[in-house]
Amino acid sequence: MRFGLWILLFCAFIVYTWFVYAQCDTSCKAPHPSGKELAGWQLWQSRNCQVCHQLYGLGGFMGPDLTNTASERGKGARYMSGIIKYGTGRMPNFHLSDSEVNNLVSFLTWVDKSGKNRVPPEFVTWTGNYNISN
Amino acid sequence: MQHHHRLYIVSSLILLIATLVFGMLASWAFLYPLTYNSIFPFYQARPFHVSAALFWIITGATACILFFKKEVLPSPSGALAGKVFVYTWLASILAVFVCYSFRLFGGREYWEFPPVLCLPILVSWVFLAVSWFAPFAKVRGRKPLYMWMWSTGIFFFLLTFVEQNLWQIPWFRLSYLREITVQWKSNGAMVGAWNQMIYGTSLYLMVKISGDEQMARSRSAYFFYMLGLTNLMFNWGHHLYNVPAAAWIRDGAYLISMTEWIFLIRMIHGFRTTLRESKRLQHLISYRFIIAAEFWVFMNLLLTLAMSIPAINRYTHGTHITVAHAMGATIGINSMILLGAFSWILEADMLKIRIRKAIAVSYWGAQISLAAFWLSLIAAGIVKAYRTTALNITSFQEVMAPVTSILKVFNLLGVGLLISLGTIAFIYLRRALRFTPAPVATIPAQHASPKTRIVRAKENELAQ
Repeated sequence: MRFGLWILLFCAFIVYTWFVYAQCDTSCKAPHPSGKELAGWQLWQSRNCQVCHQLYGLGGFMGPDLTNTASERGKGARYMSGIIKYGTGRMPNFHLSDSEVNNLVSFLTWVDKSGKNRVPPEFVTWTGNYNISN
Repeated sequence: MQHHHRLYIVSSLILLIATLVFGMLASWAFLYPLTYNSIFPFYQARPFHVSAALFWIITGATACILFFKKEVLPSPSGALAGKVFVYTWLASILAVFVCYSFRLFGGREYWEFPPVLCLPILVSWVFLAVSWFAPFAKVRGRKPLYMWMWSTGIFFFLLTFVEQNLWQIPWFRLSYLREITVQWKSNGAMVGAWNQMIYGTSLYLMVKISGDEQMARSRSAYFFYMLGLTNLMFNWGHHLYNVPAAAWIRDGAYLISMTEWIFLIRMIHGFRTTLRESKRLQHLISYRFIIAAEFWVFMNLLLTLAMSIPAINRYTHGTHITVAHAMGATIGINSMILLGAFSWILEADMLKIRIRKAIAVSYWGAQISLAAFWLSLIAAGIVKAYRTTALNITSFQEVMAPVTSILKVFNLLGVGLLISLGTIAFIYLRRALRFTPAPVATIPAQHASPKTRIVRAKENELAQ
């Protein structure tokens, strides 16, 4: 009986997992990543940017969340390139080449297209849940 | 104690000490980047700390399972696989730290080492699974709950570890939302997996201390196990509430997370019994750690329940409240249970009175430091949440200015944790290096049952 319940729960988990994989992003706001964007993503990991920065609030707190920096007023691609290329007082200079900087900026611009990081207050419903329209 | 058991317990205690030392260095690197960036930058220090912490918890949990396995599954099958697991697992951890030393990264959050190292970790875990499930499958009849919990933990760690590496398949990277959803689904479930291993150990200890096997066979125990399993499988969505993925993921996670109220109500309901038992058994070092873990489960449940409500999560997400949640769980719950189990394995109650006093002082030092440490993180989180979400300040420097002052207090409290937990870890490390359990034949008859630790501990106290 108990093992049967376990199996039932596990089957539900498998079905749910499949749905998560296949259906979690139905909006498809951002197009499939190009080679440049994928290379930037790889660089994001190999330089361990996630330790200090966040994307969608996930990551370290040493530096700012970068989800929507590409589209933020007064910031954008040129601003990001400058910071990445030379570092700041808190952020070390990683001595990246121009093409690496471009790839990283492309990756962050692609992430920016996937959605907004902040949930506006009007999206919160009476149940305490959100109603985020893709 | 077999050589590989001793090596494994010693290694997990070294990992605990490494966690504390690297945690201290990482917090200095965070606060004083201009000094540390050229020596030991934060992007290098934090992986050392986080990986040491993860490996301490997983190694500690599996060390307990491997040690208690010879009591609950005496069949020799799987013994060789267990040994192979110990050596390959430890070699993989060593390789991870070597990579970090050369600033070689490439993995995802919390597992930041080059992904090729996931292979030996995976292989070693398969050996652990063989070593556990080979004798487990031979046991006939109803098995006690802790055996189910250990099995669940081992199985789901394997599953979630594979899932965590799916990002290496190009299809998962075609959508950023899919990639992070899958990543945090597996991260969340993996925490549930090691919690099953650790809570299973806690239950096993409670059964041994009380001598009441019914605790691991009752209907209510199975009910809470099933509820925990449901949460392991489906309660990971709070990491992703603000991600604009499909709404049903958020709705489902919110619904499942509210079942955690049942755990909270049970804790409040059983408070008197817990208090009575803790007064009766407080002289047992292992029991004291279990009680501390109970307290931290309660505190963390309150925090988790709040964070599971999207309207509150909107404020807490991406702040130090999340860190408080993680620290409360890993130090307050996981580490306390593991130290309780190590106290039992290494017979800490048999230590000299002077050393036991040092453990008692360090124990209270750790609880007080952790409480202040936890509250300071919550305070930092509240300030950050208020400035970011309520005041809508967009400049990162402006948001962080008052937060940094609180983090300096947090840093000082970390020294308290380093000293207190470090002292306990060091005492156990020395004990583990020399420890030889008393042969069963030399234990007086009245001490032969598992319950007798209580009697033996009292006798030891009187003798000294």
